[in-house]
Amino acid sequence: MTLLLAVLLPFAGAALIAWIARFGRSATAWAAGAITLGSLALLAPLFPLPFAGETLIQQQDWMPALGLNLAFRFDGLALLFAGLILGIGLLIVLYARYYLSERDSMGRFYAYLLLFMGSMLGIVLSENLIQLLIFWELTSLSSFLLISYWQHREEARHGARMALAVTGMGGFALLGGVLLLGHMVGSYELSDVFASAGLIRAHPLYVPTLALILLGVFTKSAQFPFHFWLPHAMAAPTPVSAYLHSATMVKAGVFLLARLWPALSGTPEWFWLVSGAGLATLLLGAYVALFKHDLKGLLAYSTISHLGLITLLFGLSTPLAAVAGVFHIINHATFKASLFMAAGIIDHEAGTRDMRRLSGLWRFMPYTATLAMVAAAAMAGVPLLNGFLSKEMFFAEAAHIGQGHVGGWLLPVLVTLAGAFAVAYSIRFIHDVFFNGEPGDLPKTPHEPPRWMKLPVEILVVLCLAVGVAPGLVVGPLLATAASSTLQAALPEYHLALWHGFNAALAMSALALVLGSLIYLARRPLFAWHERGLDRLDARVPFNALLNGLLALAGWLTRMLDTASLQRQAGLLILAALVLAGTPWLAGDTPLTGTRRGLPLDAVSLATALVLVGATLLTVRWRSERFVALITIGVVGLVVSLIFIKFSAPDLALTQLSVEIVTIVLLLLALYFLPAHDGAETGYGRIARDAALALLAGGGAAALAWAVLTRPYDTIAGYFLDNSKSGGGGTNVVNVILVDFRGYDTLGEITVLALAGLGIVAMLQNLNLPASTCDGAGRARDADAHPAIMATLTRLLLPLALLVAAFIFLRGHNQPGGGFIAGLVTAVALIVQYLANGAAWTHQRLSADSHPLLFCGLGIATLTGLGSWAFGHPFLTSTFGYMNWPLVGKFELASAMAFDLGVFLVVVGATLMILTGLGGVHRNDTQKGSR
Amino acid sequence: MDALLALVIGVLTAAGVFLALRPRTFPVVLGLTFLSYAVNLFLFVMGRLAVGVPPIVSETASAYTDPLPQALVLTAIVISFGMTAFVIVLALKARAELGNDHVDGLEHETDRHA
Repeated sequence: MTLLLAVLLPFAGAALIAWIARFGRSATAWAAGAITLGSLALLAPLFPLPFAGETLIQQQDWMPALGLNLAFRFDGLALLFAGLILGIGLLIVLYARYYLSERDSMGRFYAYLLLFMGSMLGIVLSENLIQLLIFWELTSLSSFLLISYWQHREEARHGARMALAVTGMGGFALLGGVLLLGHMVGSYELSDVFASAGLIRAHPLYVPTLALILLGVFTKSAQFPFHFWLPHAMAAPTPVSAYLHSATMVKAGVFLLARLWPALSGTPEWFWLVSGAGLATLLLGAYVALFKHDLKGLLAYSTISHLGLITLLFGLSTPLAAVAGVFHIINHATFKASLFMAAGIIDHEAGTRDMRRLSGLWRFMPYTATLAMVAAAAMAGVPLLNGFLSKEMFFAEAAHIGQGHVGGWLLPVLVTLAGAFAVAYSIRFIHDVFFNGEPGDLPKTPHEPPRWMKLPVEILVVLCLAVGVAPGLVVGPLLATAASSTLQAALPEYHLALWHGFNAALAMSALALVLGSLIYLARRPLFAWHERGLDRLDARVPFNALLNGLLALAGWLTRMLDTASLQRQAGLLILAALVLAGTPWLAGDTPLTGTRRGLPLDAVSLATALVLVGATLLTVRWRSERFVALITIGVVGLVVSLIFIKFSAPDLALTQLSVEIVTIVLLLLALYFLPAHDGAETGYGRIARDAALALLAGGGAAALAWAVLTRPYDTIAGYFLDNSKSGGGGTNVVNVILVDFRGYDTLGEITVLALAGLGIVAMLQNLNLPASTCDGAGRARDADAHPAIMATLTRLLLPLALLVAAFIFLRGHNQPGGGFIAGLVTAVALIVQYLANGAAWTHQRLSADSHPLLFCGLGIATLTGLGSWAFGHPFLTSTFGYMNWPLVGKFELASAMAFDLGVFLVVVGATLMILTGLGGVHRNDTQKGSR
Repeated sequence: MDALLALVIGVLTAAGVFLALRPRTFPVVLGLTFLSYAVNLFLFVMGRLAVGVPPIVSETASAYTDPLPQALVLTAIVISFGMTAFVIVLALKARAELGNDHVDGLEHETDRHA
């Protein structure tokens, strides 16, 4: 449970922050910090476990039948990542407090940040792969919100959209990969996946699985050729970049590589795909980074390059390379986060991030400059800093792998070259900004940032130094436990030390430093050469072309399919249904009439049916005289309720009767705002065509009903009839089905009703309609809106009607009645008050707002359902008992009755809301008119 | 009797389809109401026709009709009301926004007395 809570806390916190934001900027930041600390504190007691070599797995059944469980895993790798996410997250919270300006909404920023933090925690702590995937998608979504935080900027919106499109596509591929993996293993639990590593690698589906999973990883971690979204995501506020591109978002991809390393690595396919993409990314990122004039652009490509380095290490498939990969994840997170923050400080205090305008800042901010220099040196891989150590391990592995292969010299040469470019762009970051002459025309006079804005950078830089000087002491145990849980095997022999003697790696490091300095010195001709050619390549162009192409295709398809005429669309729909249903019937040789004997016909039924058919035909005939049509359709509804009562459905008859009344009132109200006549219909051709369609549809429905009615059938009704009294405590089986057997469906249905009511209220807001002043025949409307006799009568009838409703409600469990019908009767009783006495009179006596009714109703129904959980039963299990009340006698009390009360309240609330809403339009209108 | 019910369902369906294909919003709403009647009746008769045997458990009753279609139809009736209300308000909204009550909201046309 602890792990689940630690993951859920930031999500709950995000909602809380949105509310706390009203108490000021500092309060918001404090709360965000406190929530982050809270998650950390929840995890803290578990920290010793991975160091003791234990893996903690916490499970909670969710949908066990589908193999979906809430399962969390806490091992070395999870510990490392959770530490990075929460630790650096805390620093970001502090930094952002000073970075964001007065105009930026603090609440929104911290709410998004916490959402993202929770999603990341979910990824790294997941044991179940499907669950991991859900959190994976959540990081894509929440990072979209973070990147587009400055919504008014076009590049922020575009950058966010691109990041979402690319990582979303990757997430989709990953879903496929994970499903295949689950198919192979038979389980989505990581422990099972690790245990079947051999089976996975030998499986015929291994290659597609690997390809799909790698698509997810590469898009998330910005690996070539999907790297292009990352630089565009730099439109985000700098704290976001510092968080997303150092410790979190992009690290989710390499995290998954590390997670699945034991299950997937070691095959030639893995080696070539992963290390190939890694190497290409490493080189490309390092090269492009040098030529970016924007500070954050440089850091973005440097991030891409370092991610390539980590990917390459995991691709090499040796245990030692994996250890180096994990180590570099730690180091990159620390120095890159501090560099991004430093870039943010420079931007904040100097007003620009363009290195062509920035220079000589050393004089203005020596302290920040010193911090940035140390961090940049770590990025370059200078000895005594953490970057040097993992880069040494990387070089050593590259040199080692190359040995004994044809062309094996190529890899060490290429990685040394990438190292040289890393040195060059690190020098540029420092020299161009802090030295290189006097500052140009800066928008602001630069100065040191506030005390607390520097603190996060200081902490990270001290960590870079500490790890660099005494790696074994500072990071040794953490690396050991993280690496061993990555490998799921014994650790290989390695030494965390500054000095390994004179070896190939040292030579490569030295070469990279020298070569990098030379490249930087030769930068001017290089820049000129780059800008003539390669700079024009922008991945955004093909991406946008692809996106626009897709949109154009969608538009074309829509235009092809949509004729913009509802009549034609609906006609086609009905025609298609007729063809699809009619063809197999005409082609088959099943007789229309079955063997079952029906009931004998009697004269009363025949007469009633004739009334119905007559009223229907009249409605169709008088459809343009709308008032007449409304009266005749009312007759149809009443006959339908007679049909229900004839064929043993008293509950349905009552429901139909009361619904009929509210429907007619509703349509009457609506008619007030609609033209009294139809316009002239164009063409008899269309009428003939529609009539043909209608006759075919009617004939089909009649044939189908006849075919079914003349055939014998099996029913599951016996179960409900047998168990209604004993299991549900009621003799009205229909009501017991509604509130007990199928209570869950009913809960859904009253929710739909409530939503319809709310939707209608929303649509009626600001509705401005011309009301008609005369009826269809041109007669003026009656000025006496509330006739005295009707008003008096309805007032007298109200208590009686409410009594009837209460009676229907109470007896509903055993006799025809129940919440639905009682609710409708109550609604009718109240609506009649509105009609007879006017809204003003009624609202003096009755609250105008029916929202509380809806929410109480839904609340009661849901709580009744949840209540059964408290007793260890499934949702909505009902219970009942009998008690003897004085005077009343033996009386049944069932929990289903509380549920029915919820149904009752929702029906009353929604009906009142709809009808008074529509009546309210009328009221506004007349008030306007009278003034 | 069964044939009569089948006929009734057919007539209601035909009226519903015909009205639903009209160009003005109000007849379309009437058409949808007819279709609701037809569908509800159709679902109801899936439990077959039976007279005088309501599904109320008692010691004197010898047989019961099928309660399950009734329970389904009961909620369907209430939901149909919600749907009808939603559609008619949508029609009002469309008339307010577009100035006429054509289902496609024809822009060149305004009501005679709007």
